[in-house]
Amino acid sequence: MFLKNTYNEFIKIAAKPRTYISIAAITLLVGIILFAMKVDGPTYISFITASFEQTLSFEGNIMNGNLMAFIILQMLIIQIPLLVALVTGDLISGEAAMGSIRMLLTKPISRTKILLSKYLAGLIYTLLILVWLGIMSVIVGKIMFGEGDLMVLNSDGLVILKYNDVNWRFFSGFGVAFLALTTVATLSIMLSCFSENSIGPIVSTMSVIILFTIIGSLDVPVFDNIRPYLFTTHMAAWRSFFEDPLPLDNIRQSVVVLLTHIAVFLGIALYKFNKKDILS
Amino acid sequence: MEKIIEIKNLTKNYGKFQAVKDVSMQVFKGDVYGFLGPNGAGKSTTIRCMLSLIKPSSGSIKIFDKDLSKNRNEILSKIGCIVEKPDFYKYLSAAKNIEIFGRISGADVSSKNIHKTLEFVGLKGREKDKVSGFSHGMKQRLGIAQTLIHNPDLIILDEPTTGLDPQGIIDIRNLILQLKNEQNKTILLSSHILSEIELIANRMVIINKGVTVVEGEVKTLLNQEELIVVFETDNALRATEILGKEIIAEVLSETHFQAHIHKDEISPINLKLLQNGLQVFGIETKRKLEDYFLKLINA
Repeated sequence: MFLKNTYNEFIKIAAKPRTYISIAAITLLVGIILFAMKVDGPTYISFITASFEQTLSFEGNIMNGNLMAFIILQMLIIQIPLLVALVTGDLISGEAAMGSIRMLLTKPISRTKILLSKYLAGLIYTLLILVWLGIMSVIVGKIMFGEGDLMVLNSDGLVILKYNDVNWRFFSGFGVAFLALTTVATLSIMLSCFSENSIGPIVSTMSVIILFTIIGSLDVPVFDNIRPYLFTTHMAAWRSFFEDPLPLDNIRQSVVVLLTHIAVFLGIALYKFNKKDILS
Repeated sequence: MEKIIEIKNLTKNYGKFQAVKDVSMQVFKGDVYGFLGPNGAGKSTTIRCMLSLIKPSSGSIKIFDKDLSKNRNEILSKIGCIVEKPDFYKYLSAAKNIEIFGRISGADVSSKNIHKTLEFVGLKGREKDKVSGFSHGMKQRLGIAQTLIHNPDLIILDEPTTGLDPQGIIDIRNLILQLKNEQNKTILLSSHILSEIELIANRMVIINKGVTVVEGEVKTLLNQEELIVVFETDNALRATEILGKEIIAEVLSETHFQAHIHKDEISPINLKLLQNGLQVFGIETKRKLEDYFLKLINA
């Protein structure tokens, strides 16, 4: 019954027009970035490398597909949570607003299974968004700009990664990015259990992300103790895979923090959904 | 007789407010059971408790002789229901909606079965249309299709005729009677209209302000009440004089008068009028349903 309902949930997600907003938005944004880089990429690159040109000389195809993919990911990974919340924040509250939750919850399937099947469908959708972003940035980027070593500017300096050493980093980076987006999806589903309208959980999710991001970026000592435990601090953990050597402890810590948030959010969602009186 | 639903002392509190207080009822196999009460009486709350949409504060609910709290999924697999109004996924077609609800009810969701069910409720030819374009009446029909797709033993319909036009009300009523007569389903039907229940149900309960007022056979309960009986004679004024003060009667016209009497008083009155040389051309009975209902809920 769980898989049958997951299939149902995916039919519902696939039939909603808003689902395709994300795909269209990613396609458009990546298209614009790739077009801009194709037209005026060297100027953009020289702006970044200007400070190193007196001490280093750059040879070969710097503006390659790997760099394009990295730039795109860095730019868009901030916007993707909104696209995820747009669909996952609606999974429970949308049914409550529509009234269909009454019929759904009178079927012979437990509330836990209903919530988990919605959650699984939401995660599949999140994965599809990320895979599409990966196809558009890595594959299309490489087709348009070719292969080459990846030059990454970190806070510690410039890191140059050999072209045959980046694919696994992208793959791992996408894995951690998926974990971060799963945290966002779980947060929005949790908030969705408390709401009876579609917009509330979406706005609340983005508000939490903005609030935590601001707290995390404020260089005020009072926030120093909580900063490492905010999930937003670890949303960009995927970038760690583009450092050399790999900061394994940092990656491990980010994964633990994100997994803990997922477990807590999911636990609250399950508790609330199972206890909830359906009055709508 | 086999009990299908047995509710004992059901109570539901929302903070200090008691939506349902000590409601008890029994529904037997094959019953069309009327669940009657004015708006806000606690009907929907009771039905939501029976479908595990809300948790009762106290009391017990047994359906198919099993405790609902311990056998939820097994019980719900044998129930088809509409709570308040059927709300569907508007962006999906009628057939897709039935497929979705049917799949998690354990139904055969083959195209053939879905089409057969939609045809039964009169939605043949509208299978592929999106629900967003459906009228209220069509949504009610689709709601009934959704209750039937998995061939349940018990059907619970919460105010299924609310908001329908007269033709829609007759159609839904006929559908319910068809389900009882042709498929021998047990049906619990909530309504705030007594005349509707009288036409369909064989047993009923009336609740008000969350409390059970009366429960029993529809015929027995309604026959206990006084009727308004209109007599057509050749001289209405003389007829009322013959009946005297024992019968409360009022003259309506030269030929018609009405009396507030019990059913078993009709024949003696008719005989008395004939013995006194009057002719009786017609006798029409009207049940004072609204009065009966109001009397009960105001008691």
